[in-house]
Amino acid sequence: MNTKTKETLLQKIEAAKLVGRGGAGFPTHLKWKFVDKAKGTKKYVICNASEGEIGLFKDIYILDHFTAEVFEGMKLAMDFLGSKYAWFNMNANYYRNLQEKLDALILEYKKKGYDIRVFQEKPSYIGGEETALLNAIEGKRPKPRLKPPFPAEKGLFGKPTLVHNVETLYNISQVNRGMFKNNRFYCLLGPVRYPGVYELPADMTLLEVLEKTNNVPEFDYFVQVGGSASGVVWNSEQLKTEKMSGGGSIEIYPADTPPKEMLLKWFEFYSKESCGKCTPCREGTYQLFEMVKQSKKIPWNKINEILDLLESASFCALGKSVPTAVRTYSENVLHKKI
Amino acid sequence: MKKPIVIINGKEFEAEKGENIMQTALRNGIDIPHFCFHEDLPLEANCRACLVQDAGTGNIVMSCTIPAKDGVRILTTTPKVEKMRHKNLELLLAGHQQNCPRCQKKLHCETAEIMNRYHVKGNEYVREKVQELVHKLGTAAEFDPNLCIACNKCIKACESIGIGFLQLKGKASKTRVDYNHDPKVDCIYCGQCTVVCPVDAIREQSHIEQVEAAIKDPDKIVIVQTAPSVRNSIGEEFGMPYGQDNTGKMFTAYRKLGFDKIFDVSMGADITTMVEGSELVERLETGEGLPMFTSCCPGWVKYVEFYHPELIPNLTTSRSPHIHSGGAYKTWWAKKTKTDPRKIVVVSVMPCTSKKYEASHDKLNIDGMRPVDFSLTTREIAQMIRKHKIDFKSLEPSEVDDAGVYSGAAVIYGASGGVMESALRSAHYLVTGKEMEKIDLTEVRGYNGFKKAVVTIGDVKLKVAVVATPKNIQVLLKELKKNPHAYDYVEFMACPGGCLGGGGQPNPSSKRIVKERIKGIYAIDKKMKMRRAHENPVVKEFFEYADKLPKKERDALLYTNFEPKRKFE
Repeated sequence: MNTKTKETLLQKIEAAKLVGRGGAGFPTHLKWKFVDKAKGTKKYVICNASEGEIGLFKDIYILDHFTAEVFEGMKLAMDFLGSKYAWFNMNANYYRNLQEKLDALILEYKKKGYDIRVFQEKPSYIGGEETALLNAIEGKRPKPRLKPPFPAEKGLFGKPTLVHNVETLYNISQVNRGMFKNNRFYCLLGPVRYPGVYELPADMTLLEVLEKTNNVPEFDYFVQVGGSASGVVWNSEQLKTEKMSGGGSIEIYPADTPPKEMLLKWFEFYSKESCGKCTPCREGTYQLFEMVKQSKKIPWNKINEILDLLESASFCALGKSVPTAVRTYSENVLHKKI
Repeated sequence: MKKPIVIINGKEFEAEKGENIMQTALRNGIDIPHFCFHEDLPLEANCRACLVQDAGTGNIVMSCTIPAKDGVRILTTTPKVEKMRHKNLELLLAGHQQNCPRCQKKLHCETAEIMNRYHVKGNEYVREKVQELVHKLGTAAEFDPNLCIACNKCIKACESIGIGFLQLKGKASKTRVDYNHDPKVDCIYCGQCTVVCPVDAIREQSHIEQVEAAIKDPDKIVIVQTAPSVRNSIGEEFGMPYGQDNTGKMFTAYRKLGFDKIFDVSMGADITTMVEGSELVERLETGEGLPMFTSCCPGWVKYVEFYHPELIPNLTTSRSPHIHSGGAYKTWWAKKTKTDPRKIVVVSVMPCTSKKYEASHDKLNIDGMRPVDFSLTTREIAQMIRKHKIDFKSLEPSEVDDAGVYSGAAVIYGASGGVMESALRSAHYLVTGKEMEKIDLTEVRGYNGFKKAVVTIGDVKLKVAVVATPKNIQVLLKELKKNPHAYDYVEFMACPGGCLGGGGQPNPSSKRIVKERIKGIYAIDKKMKMRRAHENPVVKEFFEYADKLPKKERDALLYTNFEPKRKFE
């Protein structure tokens, strides 16, 4: 890609206000600039298709329905960086389902000189953390790395690396084709009429999404959005103004769901999915799960003590995100101001 | 260049270049508990015990990850820090004292001290149990996954020396230390993991109880013999300066513990020098089995036997120092003093865990007797001294018993390069009949893991190398593959810096500390009147005895053999 083409593409991406769709929402053009600037003859592009968080199934949907577009996004990123090397960090179950489609495209790109490989990741939550996945591809234990250095400077095998979520790469292809409409993919789940993946404008309110998909429940309810472990919990009133954040899911819960059930769902997930690296997450999530499991009355004070520690002293975003669901649930649902 | 000024709890401190703020704090007597940090190993930042508060943002940050740059401001004692630290330690050390064998026996333990200092009981939570058995690392060390706090230090230590036998297993609260299941990777028993473990999850296989029982047994004559490296590191266990010579106090402590005879492995090292030096001279004459490799480090021997059995013919067949002296005491000395050798119990005190493994080899038996019955680490002997409430620091120095007399050449066995230097001091004499002009072979001294020199002995220019740790060994072996004649004689040690950095040495141990120990040990050699193995009168007397023995018996005292080993063997 010559300098002019590069600049044009980067400007298009910036103008489209593309942000990462993995959950963190980092501006895409900035990420590209960092990796572009980083010194190194070999650079990698990684398509993150780990999707290890509960409630999310949009990446598999995109990979299945827009396979060519995702590859195109990867190619654009490689061309931009002057690289021929890319990896899929892919949930092994996804690969099993899509192998034929993916392998055919990988071969096609190989003929054009691109070396695209698939790392089959044992499905896990930490597998989606961008430095943990680098370790996994390198054959190491999947645990997050200390930052700095950031993957943009020292990523896969110590080389500058651009890591993007499936949806982000799809969006890049759409921007390049001039077809990007600031949509995003919404996963709808829970006791709704029409669960599934929907592509709708990113700036819709959550209520509009439910209305548009004919999924507004007829019972009292609350929702968790942006991942059913790390996502924010809103009550049905708040849906009128709140928009999608994080990973792109909306899970509906009946209002009378027992709090213990909610806490167990979250804590069980985290206590199984913690990578085991740092103390607050490794030990803390286990203790949270155990204390709720064994309780007759929810020990809120004890829970909060551990949540405080997780929030301020966890190593990576996984541990730091544990309090989000519990705290917003407590604030917006259990103690909502009427 | 001006040193950076950092501000800790409102007070200014000068930081050293390249250190983190935790190191600055610790150097200045400000306590920050920590478990996963080691100055020689890659930064892990996983225990989170070193959390402090950023004075600017108020955020909790890990002090090990904050470079001590000019103007950095942290707080270590705010209510928020104290609350978070306490919670984190309760989680990290849940159930520790109930399960830790060292804590149970009320022995010295850094972790127990941290728990006391920070009022952590370890009983606020019950940690997840893992159903894993204690795994034995040969007859040298062992690990108990139930005690492991996943700090990862042992794994990094094993990786950093070039073996990679240890790894973490499991996820979340089941994360524990495990061994590498690859059939091509095995432990060499060096014990570097045991030096860094903060919670006694990886430890030497203790021989303290057996030794204490032997001392109490009125029928036994218990000989204690000490490796060169222990004398100037044992003081560290009692808060004395790194590398300080405490030979005399150590001997007095042994007497107080009730050992019957205070001999020395250094005497054995002088025997080894003579045997190995002669073998070198022979091999140089015949040209066979060159380059000759030292074999006094059982970790290195295990490395050859497992990873490179094709190199076994290159190993010197000489026994190692404590096996030589142990055998000498049970034969020559027993006969001389009319002592029943079956009543003799030889206890080695070594900076090493692999010496336990070596001592347990039946192939070394002499007339059915083990040359060494038990081998203690520096840490174990210090535990015994503490347990008997002996105030080590205030002890009056005393001397080694007659049959333990040793040369300066023997003492420097403790440092990487020392075996080489000792052997050459004597080989020169054996070949030329004259003493080396320059007795100090400075080219092979120092912490550096790969040293080379050319030494002139008579008409021969001897190409020698000294390597420490498998990582450097691998480099040398590659070189030898390209050019089999690159060297004539090579000294190998498994541990960084040689035995002074051994796996049985006091915790903490680090490059910085081992360098101090190295300085200390050469100072001892320098002070000694007798600095060559072949001058040692005890050794001469022993050889007068040994040389009169039938060949088979003599060989059984002086030589050994090696064979390929399988994993876990």
